[in-house]
Amino acid sequence: MAELDARPFPPGRYPLVVVGSGPGGLQVSYLLRRLGVEHAVISEDAGPGGMFRRYPLFQRLNTWSKPYAIAERRTRPYEWYDWNSLLGDEPEHRSLVPEFMDGVSYFPSRAEMAAGLQAFAERASIQVQYQCRWEAMRREDDGFVLVTSDGEYRSRVVVVAVGMAEPWKPPIPGLEDAPHYVETRPAREYAGKRVFLVGKRNSGFEVADALLPWARQIILGSPRPPLISVLSAGAGVRAKYLVPYEDHIMGGGVFILDASIDRVERAAGGWKVVTSGERTGHIEFVMDQVIAATGFGTPLRDLPSIGVATFSQGRLPRQTAWWESATVPGIYFAGAITQGAIGLRKHGSAGNSAGVAGFRHNARVLAIHLARTHFGVQIPRPPLRREEIVPYLLSEATRAPELWNQQGYLARLVMFDPAAGCVDDGIVPLAAFVDAEGPDAVAMAVETDASGEHHPTVYIRREGRVGEHALPANPLNTYEGTRYQTELTALLAGLI
Amino acid sequence: MAERNEIVDIMAQLALFADLRRPQLEAASHIFEEEWFTEGQRILRQGFSGSNFYVILDGEAAVRIDGQTRATLGRGEFFGEVSVLLGEPPTADVVALRPLRCVVLGAPEVEAFLIMYPRVMYRMLQAQARRLRNANLWRS
Repeated sequence: MAELDARPFPPGRYPLVVVGSGPGGLQVSYLLRRLGVEHAVISEDAGPGGMFRRYPLFQRLNTWSKPYAIAERRTRPYEWYDWNSLLGDEPEHRSLVPEFMDGVSYFPSRAEMAAGLQAFAERASIQVQYQCRWEAMRREDDGFVLVTSDGEYRSRVVVVAVGMAEPWKPPIPGLEDAPHYVETRPAREYAGKRVFLVGKRNSGFEVADALLPWARQIILGSPRPPLISVLSAGAGVRAKYLVPYEDHIMGGGVFILDASIDRVERAAGGWKVVTSGERTGHIEFVMDQVIAATGFGTPLRDLPSIGVATFSQGRLPRQTAWWESATVPGIYFAGAITQGAIGLRKHGSAGNSAGVAGFRHNARVLAIHLARTHFGVQIPRPPLRREEIVPYLLSEATRAPELWNQQGYLARLVMFDPAAGCVDDGIVPLAAFVDAEGPDAVAMAVETDASGEHHPTVYIRREGRVGEHALPANPLNTYEGTRYQTELTALLAGLI
Repeated sequence: MAERNEIVDIMAQLALFADLRRPQLEAASHIFEEEWFTEGQRILRQGFSGSNFYVILDGEAAVRIDGQTRATLGRGEFFGEVSVLLGEPPTADVVALRPLRCVVLGAPEVEAFLIMYPRVMYRMLQAQARRLRNANLWRS
């Protein structure tokens, strides 16, 4: 592989530096290049793929790529049916993950995903300074100095795309001695063992699912009851991992315990886990193995010391709606870290930026934003005839992958510019639009309410004030009929 | 590393959660999400559906109706509950007056949370009764 040996970006000054070669870094680099923004990409890895070079541990993703879907492969609407491929401008860069899938499952294996990312990097000739470890950052003049294993990189703008890649454990006494999810052994090594999994999110259930044929007993414990995606409008543990939950419901030997983990101790040949819960009371478990399936944090290095504020126990940087550090302008984030930009949290949903499906769209929006605001690139705003606006917005609500992957988070914006007329202003973060000043405009989003119904939701800015209007749901998620045309036309009266 | 405990410690000092024992607080702190807002940022938006329930851990926020400030809220106070309980859009904006740190519970989870923790529901009722009394005093 040519990229392994090539050293395309030696230390020095660059207009922009991207850190990371996982899907977030690859996606933002690809798009910046097409916008003509010169930049360097550095990565401590030996090749592209980021987390997917190693995870998920049990080798299969929980996000679909449907080789056969209603939309044609390599088209924009197909992206909704293929949550794992990166976004390409040219057909040969699109829908790559399904090319490598063997048909066993519509959830790609880790290897299939990694192959798709590798193909993307190769076919798009994404250049990366591999095996260049970012170690520290400091401010200098009007920019930043990145200290790396290769030397120092200087830039006014940095995009940090290093993933939620750092194993994280909560401050439970003794848990620091227990293995993290990433240290889980092959399933057969748990044959006949009693295993306590701390954590009830996807990674905990993933391990439990893999250990079902091997472990003597499995307990999943954490204070909060599990959030199950099919019961909570898409958030929480995916259906793929629900067999342990069903086992628990049927009394098969898996226990799902809603209790605080007070402490974990080494015991003779194993572990003691001390728990207390409102309904369970005080219980001490003697187990053969404990695994902390407690998630990941962001390897921010010394960014907090230069002022990058964090939250969620230091696991994520606080960000603006455009994924810029809320406290250090010029540092942006891409990839899974963008889940730290919460958005409007409509109906409790904070977007889908933790996964490739969502953050690949954030990357396109970010690349355009960076090109415009830092590099003076003129991005075309295609004009729209007034009679085109309603059908266009309803078509977007029906099939735009950005609006479906990032519900209530990204929106299609049409601006009524007094000088330029009606223009398509692209995809924008909804949170940025609703609080920004500007000419009259309409933004179309898709949102899922508490009952699980999907609604095209229209945000209209008139004379500086933004109003919100949810259109009715449709049983087939199709919003182009007469009823929708009539309703949206009425809402836009005076604008079109 | 100590931040989760820190959130539990802060919640323990707030009147809303004053009746919860430590395991209950631990569980509650996992059910809520932490969220930060910068000065001037809107948290609730007048007329927008799907808003959530917020409890202020630190900072100050203004309640504004049509741009007019009607009240300020500080540490331990909460907002968004009327909209969530009635299933209606908020009738006011809530805007951060300085950096604001909250815990938030998504609207779809509020009912189950209050039923699981009736002492929190009782405290919330007390706070609402005080708000109602003050509103009546103001009118009379």
